[in-house]
Amino acid sequence: MTDATNEPAPAAEVGTATKTIGDTLLDVKGLQGGYGQIQVLHGFDFTVAEGEVVVILGANGAGKTTTLRALSGMIDASGSVTLEGEELIGKNAADIVRMGVAHVPQGRGTLPELSVEDYLLVGAYVRKDKEVAADMERWFEVYPVLHERRNQRAGSLSGGEQQMLAVARALMSRPRLLLLDEPSLGLAPLIVQDLFERFHHINEETGTTMLVVEQNAQLALSIADRGYVLESGTISIEGPADQLMHDDAIRKAYLGV
Amino acid sequence: MELFLARLFDAISNGSTYALIALALVIIYKATTLINFAQGEMAMFGSFIVLVLATEQGLPIWIAVILGMLLSAVAAAGIERVLIRPFDPYDHLPLVIVTLGLFLSLTALAGIIWRFDPRAFPRMYPAGTAVTIGGVNLSWYTVGVLATVLIVAGLVTVLLNTTKVGLAFRAVSSNLESSELAGIRVGPTLQFGWALAAAVGTLGACVFVADPIRQLEPTVMVRVLIFAASAAAIGGLDSLWGAVVGGLIIGGVQSLLVPYTFIPNEMSLAAAVVVLMLVLLFRPSGLFGTARVERV
Repeated sequence: MTDATNEPAPAAEVGTATKTIGDTLLDVKGLQGGYGQIQVLHGFDFTVAEGEVVVILGANGAGKTTTLRALSGMIDASGSVTLEGEELIGKNAADIVRMGVAHVPQGRGTLPELSVEDYLLVGAYVRKDKEVAADMERWFEVYPVLHERRNQRAGSLSGGEQQMLAVARALMSRPRLLLLDEPSLGLAPLIVQDLFERFHHINEETGTTMLVVEQNAQLALSIADRGYVLESGTISIEGPADQLMHDDAIRKAYLGV
Repeated sequence: MELFLARLFDAISNGSTYALIALALVIIYKATTLINFAQGEMAMFGSFIVLVLATEQGLPIWIAVILGMLLSAVAAAGIERVLIRPFDPYDHLPLVIVTLGLFLSLTALAGIIWRFDPRAFPRMYPAGTAVTIGGVNLSWYTVGVLATVLIVAGLVTVLLNTTKVGLAFRAVSSNLESSELAGIRVGPTLQFGWALAAAVGTLGACVFVADPIRQLEPTVMVRVLIFAASAAAIGGLDSLWGAVVGGLIIGGVQSLLVPYTFIPNEMSLAAAVVVLMLVLLFRPSGLFGTARVERV
Protein backbone atom coordinates (compact mmCIF):
# COMPACT_ATOMS: atom_id res chain seq x y z
CA MET A 1 0.00 0.00 0.00
CA THR A 2 1.61 3.26 -1.05
CA ASP A 3 0.57 6.69 -0.03
CA ALA A 4 -0.13 9.04 -2.88
CA THR A 5 2.90 11.32 -2.85
CA ASN A 6 1.68 14.57 -4.26
CA GLU A 7 4.16 17.39 -4.49
CA PRO A 8 3.64 19.61 -1.46
CA ALA A 9 1.30 22.13 -2.96
CA PRO A 10 1.76 25.80 -2.14
CA ALA A 11 -0.73 26.81 0.53
CA ALA A 12 -3.67 27.22 -1.78
CA GLU A 13 -6.71 29.32 -1.13
CA VAL A 14 -9.54 27.23 0.24
CA GLY A 15 -11.60 26.02 -2.68
CA THR A 16 -9.06 26.54 -5.45
CA ALA A 17 -7.52 23.09 -5.54
CA THR A 18 -4.38 22.82 -7.66
CA LYS A 19 -3.66 19.15 -6.96
CA THR A 20 -3.85 16.27 -9.38
CA ILE A 21 -6.86 14.01 -9.35
CA GLY A 22 -6.17 10.37 -10.15
CA ASP A 23 -8.21 7.41 -11.34
CA THR A 24 -11.42 6.26 -9.70
CA LEU A 25 -10.72 4.97 -6.21
CA LEU A 26 -14.22 4.27 -4.95
CA ASP A 27 -16.91 3.13 -7.35
CA VAL A 28 -20.43 2.76 -5.95
CA LYS A 29 -23.17 1.23 -8.10
CA GLY A 30 -26.79 0.60 -7.16
CA LEU A 31 -26.16 0.97 -3.44
CA GLN A 32 -29.08 -0.27 -1.37
CA GLY A 33 -29.26 -0.73 2.36
CA GLY A 34 -31.08 0.11 5.55
CA TYR A 35 -31.92 -1.11 9.01
CA GLY A 36 -33.93 -4.32 9.33
CA GLN A 37 -37.10 -4.00 7.29
CA ILE A 38 -36.60 -0.31 6.60
CA GLN A 39 -34.80 0.45 3.38
CA VAL A 40 -33.00 3.80 3.48
CA LEU A 41 -30.81 3.71 0.38
CA HIS A 42 -32.75 3.10 -2.80
CA GLY A 43 -29.98 2.25 -5.23
CA PHE A 44 -27.73 5.03 -6.48
CA ASP A 45 -24.30 5.45 -8.02
CA PHE A 46 -21.37 7.71 -7.26
CA THR A 47 -17.60 7.70 -7.57
CA VAL A 48 -14.65 9.18 -5.74
CA ALA A 49 -11.34 9.57 -7.53
CA GLU A 50 -7.90 9.21 -5.98
CA GLY A 51 -6.96 12.45 -4.20
CA GLU A 52 -10.43 13.96 -4.46
CA VAL A 53 -12.58 15.53 -1.78
CA VAL A 54 -16.20 14.62 -2.49
CA VAL A 55 -19.11 15.88 -0.45
CA ILE A 56 -22.54 14.33 -0.12
CA LEU A 57 -25.11 16.93 0.90
CA GLY A 58 -28.53 16.15 2.20
CA ALA A 59 -31.11 16.97 4.82
CA ASN A 60 -31.75 14.97 7.97
CA GLY A 61 -32.95 11.50 7.10
CA ALA A 62 -31.77 11.60 3.49
CA GLY A 63 -29.48 8.61 4.09
CA LYS A 64 -26.08 10.29 4.40
CA THR A 65 -24.96 8.44 7.51
CA THR A 66 -26.45 5.19 6.24
CA THR A 67 -24.41 5.57 3.05
CA LEU A 68 -21.16 5.80 5.00
CA ARG A 69 -22.17 2.93 7.27
CA ALA A 70 -22.85 0.79 4.21
CA LEU A 71 -19.41 1.63 2.80
CA SER A 72 -17.58 0.73 6.01
CA GLY A 73 -19.43 -2.52 6.57
CA MET A 74 -21.42 -1.44 9.62
CA ILE A 75 -24.80 -2.36 8.05
CA ASP A 76 -25.91 -4.92 5.53
CA ALA A 77 -25.96 -3.42 2.05
CA SER A 78 -26.36 -4.62 -1.51
CA GLY A 79 -25.21 -3.34 -4.84
CA SER A 80 -21.56 -2.89 -5.64
CA VAL A 81 -18.91 -0.88 -3.83
CA THR A 82 -15.39 -1.31 -5.13
CA LEU A 83 -12.18 0.21 -3.82
CA GLU A 84 -9.67 0.10 -6.69
CA GLY A 85 -11.62 -2.80 -8.12
CA GLU A 86 -11.90 -4.75 -4.87
CA GLU A 87 -15.46 -5.41 -3.69
CA LEU A 88 -16.33 -4.14 -0.19
CA ILE A 89 -19.93 -5.34 0.06
CA GLY A 90 -20.07 -8.49 2.18
CA LYS A 91 -16.82 -7.79 4.00
CA ASN A 92 -16.87 -7.03 7.72
CA ALA A 93 -15.91 -3.67 9.18
CA ALA A 94 -12.55 -4.81 10.54
CA ASP A 95 -11.49 -6.10 7.10
CA ILE A 96 -12.63 -2.95 5.33
CA VAL A 97 -10.41 -0.89 7.65
CA ARG A 98 -7.51 -3.14 6.65
CA MET A 99 -8.26 -2.41 2.98
CA GLY A 100 -7.69 1.27 3.67
CA VAL A 101 -11.06 2.80 4.48
CA ALA A 102 -11.20 4.85 7.70
CA HIS A 103 -14.58 6.02 8.96
CA VAL A 104 -15.00 8.89 11.42
CA PRO A 105 -18.52 8.29 12.67
CA GLN A 106 -21.05 10.93 13.56
CA GLY A 107 -20.79 12.01 17.15
CA ARG A 108 -17.04 11.45 16.79
CA GLY A 109 -17.10 7.90 18.15
CA THR A 110 -14.36 8.46 20.66
CA LEU A 111 -13.32 5.95 23.26
CA PRO A 112 -13.87 8.19 26.29
CA GLU A 113 -11.92 6.09 28.80
CA LEU A 114 -8.74 5.96 26.74
CA SER A 115 -6.00 8.57 26.84
CA VAL A 116 -5.49 10.67 23.70
CA GLU A 117 -2.28 8.80 22.96
CA ASP A 118 -3.83 5.36 23.41
CA TYR A 119 -6.73 6.39 21.21
CA LEU A 120 -4.31 7.31 18.43
CA LEU A 121 -2.58 3.93 18.90
CA VAL A 122 -5.98 2.27 18.47
CA GLY A 123 -6.14 4.08 15.12
CA ALA A 124 -2.86 2.44 14.14
CA TYR A 125 -4.05 -0.96 15.38
CA VAL A 126 -4.19 -2.44 11.87
CA ARG A 127 -0.66 -1.34 10.98
CA LYS A 128 2.43 -3.49 11.36
CA ASP A 129 5.12 -1.01 10.29
CA LYS A 130 7.51 0.83 12.58
CA GLU A 131 6.45 4.37 11.72
CA VAL A 132 3.49 4.61 14.08
CA ALA A 133 5.31 6.87 16.55
CA ALA A 134 6.49 9.15 13.73
CA ASP A 135 2.94 9.41 12.38
CA MET A 136 1.67 10.28 15.82
CA GLU A 137 4.18 13.13 16.08
CA ARG A 138 3.07 14.31 12.69
CA TRP A 139 -0.60 14.56 13.65
CA PHE A 140 0.42 16.16 16.93
CA GLU A 141 2.04 18.86 14.77
CA VAL A 142 -1.15 19.31 12.77
CA TYR A 143 -3.26 19.31 15.94
CA PRO A 144 -1.02 20.74 18.68
CA VAL A 145 -3.86 20.76 21.20
CA LEU A 146 -3.89 16.97 21.07
CA HIS A 147 -0.22 16.97 21.95
CA GLU A 148 -0.93 19.14 24.99
CA ARG A 149 -3.62 16.74 26.07
CA ARG A 150 -1.86 13.51 25.11
CA ASN A 151 -2.26 11.98 28.58
CA GLN A 152 -5.79 13.19 29.21
CA ARG A 153 -8.85 10.99 28.85
CA ALA A 154 -10.40 11.38 25.40
CA GLY A 155 -13.81 11.90 27.01
CA SER A 156 -12.58 15.01 28.84
CA LEU A 157 -11.80 16.88 25.61
CA SER A 158 -14.08 19.56 24.18
CA GLY A 159 -16.30 18.74 21.22
CA GLY A 160 -13.93 20.35 18.72
CA GLU A 161 -10.92 18.60 20.21
CA GLN A 162 -12.73 15.26 20.15
CA GLN A 163 -13.48 15.77 16.47
CA MET A 164 -9.80 16.49 15.78
CA LEU A 165 -8.90 13.39 17.77
CA ALA A 166 -11.37 11.27 15.83
CA VAL A 167 -9.91 12.50 12.53
CA ALA A 168 -6.34 11.98 13.72
CA ARG A 169 -7.29 8.47 14.89
CA ALA A 170 -8.61 7.67 11.42
CA LEU A 171 -5.51 9.14 9.74
CA MET A 172 -3.28 6.99 11.98
CA SER A 173 -4.44 3.97 9.97
CA ARG A 174 -2.96 5.62 6.83
CA PRO A 175 -6.22 5.30 4.95
CA ARG A 176 -6.63 5.46 1.20
CA LEU A 177 -10.14 6.77 1.74
CA LEU A 178 -11.30 8.83 4.71
CA LEU A 179 -15.04 8.86 5.41
CA LEU A 180 -16.20 11.84 7.48
CA ASP A 181 -19.72 11.80 8.86
CA GLU A 182 -20.96 15.34 9.58
CA PRO A 183 -17.81 16.63 11.21
CA SER A 184 -19.50 19.99 11.86
CA LEU A 185 -22.26 18.51 14.00
CA GLY A 186 -22.72 20.34 17.28
CA LEU A 187 -19.62 22.51 16.93
CA ALA A 188 -19.30 26.30 17.01
CA PRO A 189 -18.93 27.98 13.58
CA LEU A 190 -15.35 29.16 14.14
CA ILE A 191 -14.26 25.68 15.21
CA VAL A 192 -15.97 24.16 12.18
CA GLN A 193 -14.22 26.66 9.89
CA ASP A 194 -10.85 25.72 11.36
CA LEU A 195 -11.64 22.00 11.13
CA PHE A 196 -12.49 22.21 7.43
CA GLU A 197 -9.42 24.30 6.62
CA ARG A 198 -7.31 21.56 8.16
CA PHE A 199 -9.14 18.87 6.14
CA HIS A 200 -8.27 20.89 3.05
CA HIS A 201 -4.59 21.10 3.99
CA ILE A 202 -4.40 17.42 4.91
CA ASN A 203 -5.89 16.53 1.53
CA GLU A 204 -3.45 18.84 -0.28
CA GLU A 205 -0.41 17.64 1.62
CA THR A 206 -1.01 13.91 1.91
CA GLY A 207 -3.33 13.37 -1.04
CA THR A 208 -5.71 11.48 1.25
CA THR A 209 -9.00 10.96 -0.57
CA MET A 210 -11.99 12.17 1.44
CA LEU A 211 -15.72 11.52 1.27
CA VAL A 212 -17.57 13.98 3.51
CA VAL A 213 -21.27 13.94 4.29
CA GLU A 214 -22.52 17.26 5.58
CA GLN A 215 -25.48 19.48 6.17
CA ASN A 216 -23.24 22.54 6.26
CA ALA A 217 -23.24 22.83 2.46
CA GLN A 218 -21.33 26.07 2.07
CA LEU A 219 -18.32 24.99 4.08
CA ALA A 220 -18.25 21.46 2.72
CA LEU A 221 -18.45 22.65 -0.88
CA SER A 222 -15.67 25.17 -0.24
CA ILE A 223 -13.14 22.37 0.31
CA ALA A 224 -14.69 19.82 -2.07
CA ASP A 225 -13.86 19.05 -5.68
CA ARG A 226 -17.24 17.55 -6.46
CA GLY A 227 -20.53 17.07 -4.71
CA TYR A 228 -23.69 15.00 -4.74
CA VAL A 229 -27.07 15.83 -3.25
CA LEU A 230 -28.84 12.93 -1.59
CA GLU A 231 -32.62 13.12 -1.22
CA SER A 232 -34.73 10.31 0.24
CA GLY A 233 -32.12 7.69 -0.47
CA THR A 234 -31.26 8.62 -4.06
CA ILE A 235 -28.95 11.12 -5.66
CA SER A 236 -30.81 14.04 -7.21
CA ILE A 237 -28.06 16.44 -8.24
CA GLU A 238 -24.35 16.04 -8.87
CA GLY A 239 -21.57 18.21 -10.19
CA PRO A 240 -18.33 20.07 -9.52
CA ALA A 241 -18.33 21.86 -6.17
CA ASP A 242 -18.19 25.40 -7.55
CA GLN A 243 -21.08 24.64 -9.88
CA LEU A 244 -23.19 23.27 -6.99
CA MET A 245 -22.29 26.32 -4.95
CA HIS A 246 -24.00 28.47 -7.59
CA ASP A 247 -26.88 26.12 -8.32
CA ASP A 248 -30.13 27.89 -7.52
CA ALA A 249 -31.93 24.83 -6.15
CA ILE A 250 -29.06 24.04 -3.79
CA ARG A 251 -28.67 27.65 -2.74
CA LYS A 252 -32.33 27.68 -1.78
CA ALA A 253 -32.37 24.30 -0.06
CA TYR A 254 -29.03 24.17 1.72
CA LEU A 255 -27.34 27.53 1.74
CA GLY A 256 -30.27 29.54 3.02
CA VAL A 257 -29.94 32.30 0.42
CA MET B 1 -6.55 -6.50 70.90
CA GLU B 2 -5.60 -10.09 70.18
CA LEU B 3 -9.10 -10.89 69.06
CA PHE B 4 -9.10 -7.80 66.86
CA LEU B 5 -5.83 -8.81 65.18
CA ALA B 6 -7.05 -12.34 64.62
CA ARG B 7 -10.21 -11.00 63.03
CA LEU B 8 -8.20 -8.52 60.94
CA PHE B 9 -6.06 -11.36 59.57
CA ASP B 10 -9.23 -13.28 58.77
CA ALA B 11 -10.55 -10.21 56.99
CA ILE B 12 -7.40 -10.05 54.87
CA SER B 13 -7.41 -13.70 53.86
CA ASN B 14 -11.15 -13.82 53.11
CA GLY B 15 -11.07 -10.44 51.44
CA SER B 16 -8.19 -11.42 49.18
CA THR B 17 -10.01 -14.47 47.85
CA TYR B 18 -13.12 -12.36 47.20
CA ALA B 19 -10.86 -9.89 45.45
CA LEU B 20 -9.53 -12.58 43.08
CA ILE B 21 -13.02 -13.63 42.01
CA ALA B 22 -14.03 -9.94 41.87
CA LEU B 23 -11.08 -9.34 39.51
CA ALA B 24 -12.44 -12.03 37.20
CA LEU B 25 -15.90 -10.44 37.31
CA VAL B 26 -14.43 -7.01 36.59
CA ILE B 27 -12.47 -8.26 33.56
CA ILE B 28 -15.65 -9.58 31.95
CA TYR B 29 -17.65 -6.56 33.05
CA LYS B 30 -15.12 -4.22 31.46
CA ALA B 31 -15.42 -6.05 28.16
CA THR B 32 -19.16 -6.64 28.06
CA THR B 33 -20.77 -4.55 30.86
CA LEU B 34 -22.16 -7.88 31.99
CA ILE B 35 -21.87 -9.72 35.31
CA ASN B 36 -20.94 -13.30 34.57
CA PHE B 37 -23.07 -15.21 37.07
CA ALA B 38 -21.26 -18.40 36.13
CA GLN B 39 -17.86 -16.98 37.12
CA GLY B 40 -17.83 -18.75 40.49
CA GLU B 41 -18.88 -22.09 39.02
CA MET B 42 -16.36 -21.81 36.17
CA ALA B 43 -13.75 -21.22 38.88
CA MET B 44 -15.03 -24.16 40.95
CA PHE B 45 -14.82 -26.41 37.88
CA GLY B 46 -11.30 -25.18 37.19
CA SER B 47 -10.22 -25.93 40.74
CA PHE B 48 -11.59 -29.49 40.47
CA ILE B 49 -9.37 -29.90 37.42
CA VAL B 50 -6.43 -28.57 39.44
CA LEU B 51 -7.30 -31.06 42.20
CA VAL B 52 -7.31 -33.93 39.70
CA LEU B 53 -4.00 -32.81 38.20
CA ALA B 54 -2.41 -32.48 41.64
CA THR B 55 -3.77 -35.58 43.38
CA GLU B 56 -4.45 -38.10 40.60
CA GLN B 57 -1.69 -37.02 38.20
CA GLY B 58 0.69 -36.17 41.02
CA LEU B 59 1.78 -32.78 39.67
CA PRO B 60 3.27 -30.21 42.08
CA ILE B 61 0.41 -27.98 43.22
CA TRP B 62 1.55 -24.76 41.58
CA ILE B 63 2.21 -26.53 38.24
CA ALA B 64 -1.28 -28.00 38.53
CA VAL B 65 -2.71 -24.53 39.29
CA ILE B 66 -1.05 -22.93 36.27
CA LEU B 67 -2.11 -25.81 33.99
CA GLY B 68 -5.63 -25.57 35.40
CA MET B 69 -5.68 -21.84 34.73
CA LEU B 70 -4.61 -22.42 31.12
CA LEU B 71 -7.23 -25.14 30.63
CA SER B 72 -9.89 -22.86 32.15
CA ALA B 73 -8.85 -20.10 29.75
CA VAL B 74 -9.19 -22.42 26.75
CA ALA B 75 -12.56 -23.70 27.96
CA ALA B 76 -13.83 -20.16 28.58
CA ALA B 77 -12.71 -19.12 25.09
CA GLY B 78 -14.79 -22.02 23.77
CA ILE B 79 -17.78 -21.02 25.92
CA GLU B 80 -17.53 -17.45 24.63
CA ARG B 81 -17.41 -18.63 21.02
CA VAL B 82 -20.29 -21.08 21.28
CA LEU B 83 -22.65 -19.64 23.90
CA ILE B 84 -21.96 -15.89 24.06
CA ARG B 85 -20.91 -14.63 20.63
CA PRO B 86 -24.06 -15.68 18.75
CA PHE B 87 -26.03 -13.15 20.83
CA ASP B 88 -26.24 -9.40 20.29
CA PRO B 89 -23.71 -7.89 22.72
CA TYR B 90 -25.98 -4.88 23.31
CA ASP B 91 -28.92 -7.03 24.46
CA HIS B 92 -28.04 -8.12 27.99
CA LEU B 93 -31.02 -10.22 29.06
CA PRO B 94 -30.32 -13.26 26.83
CA LEU B 95 -26.67 -13.14 27.90
CA VAL B 96 -27.57 -13.01 31.59
CA ILE B 97 -29.80 -16.04 31.06
CA VAL B 98 -26.96 -17.85 29.31
CA THR B 99 -24.63 -17.21 32.26
CA LEU B 100 -27.33 -18.39 34.71
CA GLY B 101 -27.77 -21.54 32.65
CA LEU B 102 -24.04 -22.05 32.66
CA PHE B 103 -24.02 -21.58 36.45
CA LEU B 104 -26.59 -24.36 36.94
CA SER B 105 -25.11 -26.76 34.39
CA LEU B 106 -21.56 -26.46 35.68
CA THR B 107 -22.65 -27.18 39.26
CA ALA B 108 -24.61 -30.22 38.05
CA LEU B 109 -21.79 -31.40 35.80
CA ALA B 110 -19.25 -31.13 38.62
CA GLY B 111 -21.64 -33.04 40.87
CA ILE B 112 -21.98 -35.81 38.29
CA ILE B 113 -18.23 -36.10 37.71
CA TRP B 114 -16.87 -35.52 41.22
CA ARG B 115 -20.00 -35.97 43.38
CA PHE B 116 -21.09 -33.56 46.07
CA ASP B 117 -18.83 -34.85 48.87
CA PRO B 118 -16.35 -32.24 50.10
CA ARG B 119 -12.74 -32.99 49.25
CA ALA B 120 -9.56 -31.74 50.81
CA PHE B 121 -7.53 -29.47 48.53
CA PRO B 122 -3.69 -29.55 48.57
CA ARG B 123 -1.87 -26.75 50.39
CA MET B 124 -0.69 -23.94 48.12
CA TYR B 125 1.26 -22.04 50.77
CA PRO B 126 3.57 -23.27 53.53
CA ALA B 127 1.81 -24.43 56.68
CA GLY B 128 2.17 -22.59 59.93
CA THR B 129 2.92 -19.09 61.07
CA ALA B 130 4.81 -16.47 59.13
CA VAL B 131 5.09 -14.03 61.99
CA THR B 132 3.51 -13.45 65.38
CA ILE B 133 2.18 -9.93 65.94
CA GLY B 134 0.86 -8.91 69.33
CA GLY B 135 0.55 -12.54 70.32
CA VAL B 136 -1.50 -13.40 67.24
CA ASN B 137 -0.21 -15.74 64.56
CA LEU B 138 -0.23 -14.43 61.02
CA SER B 139 -0.29 -17.55 58.89
CA TRP B 140 1.63 -18.11 55.67
CA TYR B 141 -1.75 -18.71 54.08
CA THR B 142 -2.93 -15.16 54.83
CA VAL B 143 0.36 -13.63 53.65
CA GLY B 144 0.33 -15.84 50.54
CA VAL B 145 -3.25 -15.04 49.57
CA LEU B 146 -2.71 -11.30 49.91
CA ALA B 147 0.52 -11.51 47.89
CA THR B 148 -1.25 -13.59 45.23
CA VAL B 149 -4.05 -11.07 44.73
CA LEU B 150 -1.63 -8.13 44.56
CA ILE B 151 0.60 -9.93 42.04
CA VAL B 152 -2.37 -10.98 39.88
CA ALA B 153 -3.91 -7.49 39.89
CA GLY B 154 -0.48 -6.07 38.99
CA LEU B 155 0.08 -8.55 36.14
CA VAL B 156 -3.38 -8.00 34.69
CA THR B 157 -2.86 -4.23 34.86
CA VAL B 158 0.45 -4.54 32.99
CA LEU B 159 -1.09 -6.91 30.45
CA LEU B 160 -3.96 -4.53 29.68
CA ASN B 161 -1.84 -1.37 29.63
CA THR B 162 1.25 -2.41 27.71
CA THR B 163 0.27 -5.02 25.13
CA LYS B 164 -1.54 -4.71 21.83
CA VAL B 165 -4.27 -7.15 22.84
CA GLY B 166 -4.61 -5.12 26.06
CA LEU B 167 -5.09 -1.95 24.01
CA ALA B 168 -7.73 -3.69 21.92
CA PHE B 169 -9.41 -4.92 25.11
CA ARG B 170 -9.50 -1.42 26.60
CA ALA B 171 -10.84 0.02 23.33
CA VAL B 172 -13.58 -2.60 23.10
CA SER B 173 -14.51 -2.03 26.74
CA SER B 174 -14.86 1.69 25.99
CA ASN B 175 -16.94 1.43 22.79
CA LEU B 176 -17.65 -1.63 20.64
CA GLU B 177 -18.57 0.20 17.45
CA SER B 178 -15.68 2.66 17.49
CA SER B 179 -13.28 -0.21 18.07
CA GLU B 180 -14.70 -2.06 15.10
CA LEU B 181 -14.26 1.06 12.96
CA ALA B 182 -10.60 1.12 13.98
CA GLY B 183 -10.21 -2.42 12.65
CA ILE B 184 -10.27 -4.25 15.99
CA ARG B 185 -11.91 -7.68 15.76
CA VAL B 186 -14.40 -7.41 18.60
CA GLY B 187 -15.28 -11.12 18.94
CA PRO B 188 -11.75 -12.43 19.52
CA THR B 189 -11.02 -9.50 21.85
CA LEU B 190 -14.00 -10.36 24.05
CA GLN B 191 -12.92 -13.99 23.90
CA PHE B 192 -9.55 -12.93 25.27
CA GLY B 193 -11.40 -11.24 28.16
CA TRP B 194 -13.35 -14.41 28.94
CA ALA B 195 -10.19 -16.50 28.86
CA LEU B 196 -8.28 -14.11 31.12
CA ALA B 197 -11.19 -13.90 33.58
CA ALA B 198 -11.52 -17.69 33.74
CA ALA B 199 -7.81 -18.11 34.48
CA VAL B 200 -7.94 -15.53 37.28
CA GLY B 201 -11.19 -17.05 38.60
CA THR B 202 -9.73 -20.56 38.75
CA LEU B 203 -6.77 -19.25 40.71
CA GLY B 204 -9.22 -17.52 43.07
CA ALA B 205 -11.19 -20.69 43.70
CA CYS B 206 -8.01 -22.71 44.30
CA VAL B 207 -6.74 -20.14 46.76
CA PHE B 208 -10.10 -20.13 48.54
CA VAL B 209 -10.28 -23.90 49.04
CA ALA B 210 -6.56 -24.17 49.78
CA ASP B 211 -7.35 -22.69 53.20
CA PRO B 212 -6.95 -25.67 55.57
CA ILE B 213 -10.36 -24.91 57.14
CA ARG B 214 -12.17 -25.31 53.80
CA GLN B 215 -12.86 -28.11 51.35
CA LEU B 216 -13.72 -28.28 47.67
CA GLU B 217 -17.29 -29.18 46.68
CA PRO B 218 -19.44 -28.22 43.69
CA THR B 219 -21.41 -25.55 45.60
CA VAL B 220 -18.44 -23.99 47.33
CA MET B 221 -18.38 -20.83 45.22
CA VAL B 222 -22.04 -19.82 45.45
CA ARG B 223 -21.62 -17.68 48.57
CA VAL B 224 -18.21 -16.50 47.40
CA LEU B 225 -19.70 -15.18 44.16
CA ILE B 226 -22.15 -12.98 46.07
CA PHE B 227 -19.37 -11.58 48.24
CA ALA B 228 -17.17 -11.13 45.17
CA ALA B 229 -19.92 -9.42 43.17
CA SER B 230 -20.48 -7.02 46.07
CA ALA B 231 -16.73 -6.42 46.20
CA ALA B 232 -16.59 -5.71 42.46
CA ALA B 233 -19.54 -3.33 42.71
CA ILE B 234 -18.04 -1.45 45.67
CA GLY B 235 -14.85 -1.02 43.65
CA GLY B 236 -16.80 0.28 40.67
CA LEU B 237 -17.25 -2.87 38.51
CA ASP B 238 -14.79 -1.65 35.89
CA SER B 239 -11.77 -1.00 38.10
CA LEU B 240 -9.22 -3.77 38.70
CA TRP B 241 -7.75 -2.19 41.82
CA GLY B 242 -11.25 -1.23 42.90
CA ALA B 243 -12.01 -4.97 42.96
CA VAL B 244 -9.02 -5.56 45.23
CA VAL B 245 -10.05 -2.78 47.63
CA GLY B 246 -13.69 -3.90 47.43
CA GLY B 247 -12.68 -7.47 48.25
CA LEU B 248 -10.78 -6.34 51.32
CA ILE B 249 -13.71 -4.14 52.42
CA ILE B 250 -16.09 -7.09 52.12
CA GLY B 251 -13.61 -9.25 54.01
CA GLY B 252 -13.62 -6.55 56.70
CA VAL B 253 -17.41 -6.47 56.84
CA GLN B 254 -17.55 -10.22 57.25
CA SER B 255 -14.73 -10.67 59.77
CA LEU B 256 -14.69 -7.35 61.66
CA LEU B 257 -17.99 -5.50 61.31
CA VAL B 258 -20.28 -8.48 61.77
CA PRO B 259 -18.69 -9.83 65.00
CA TYR B 260 -18.23 -6.38 66.57
CA THR B 261 -21.77 -5.21 65.88
CA PHE B 262 -23.43 -8.41 67.10
CA ILE B 263 -24.98 -9.01 63.70
CA PRO B 264 -25.69 -12.76 63.63
CA ASN B 265 -23.06 -14.54 61.57
CA GLU B 266 -25.82 -15.93 59.34
CA MET B 267 -26.49 -12.34 58.29
CA SER B 268 -22.98 -11.66 57.01
CA LEU B 269 -24.06 -12.03 53.36
CA ALA B 270 -26.84 -9.52 53.97
CA ALA B 271 -24.43 -7.19 55.76
CA ALA B 272 -22.15 -7.25 52.74
CA VAL B 273 -25.02 -6.27 50.49
CA VAL B 274 -26.09 -3.46 52.87
CA VAL B 275 -22.56 -2.04 52.77
CA LEU B 276 -22.71 -2.27 48.98
CA MET B 277 -26.00 -0.35 48.96
CA LEU B 278 -24.56 2.35 51.20
CA VAL B 279 -21.53 2.77 48.94
CA LEU B 280 -23.65 2.95 45.80
CA LEU B 281 -26.03 5.41 47.46
CA PHE B 282 -23.22 7.93 47.90
CA ARG B 283 -21.03 6.92 44.95
CA PRO B 284 -23.20 5.42 42.21
CA SER B 285 -20.19 4.30 40.14
CA GLY B 286 -18.49 2.69 43.12
CA LEU B 287 -15.27 3.83 44.78
CA PHE B 288 -13.04 3.68 41.72
CA GLY B 289 -15.46 3.15 38.84
CA THR B 290 -15.64 5.30 35.74
CA ALA B 291 -18.47 7.77 36.04
CA ARG B 292 -20.35 7.85 32.77
CA VAL B 293 -20.00 11.50 31.88
CA GLU B 294 -20.20 12.43 28.25
CA ARG B 295 -19.62 15.72 26.60
CA VAL B 296 -21.60 16.33 23.49
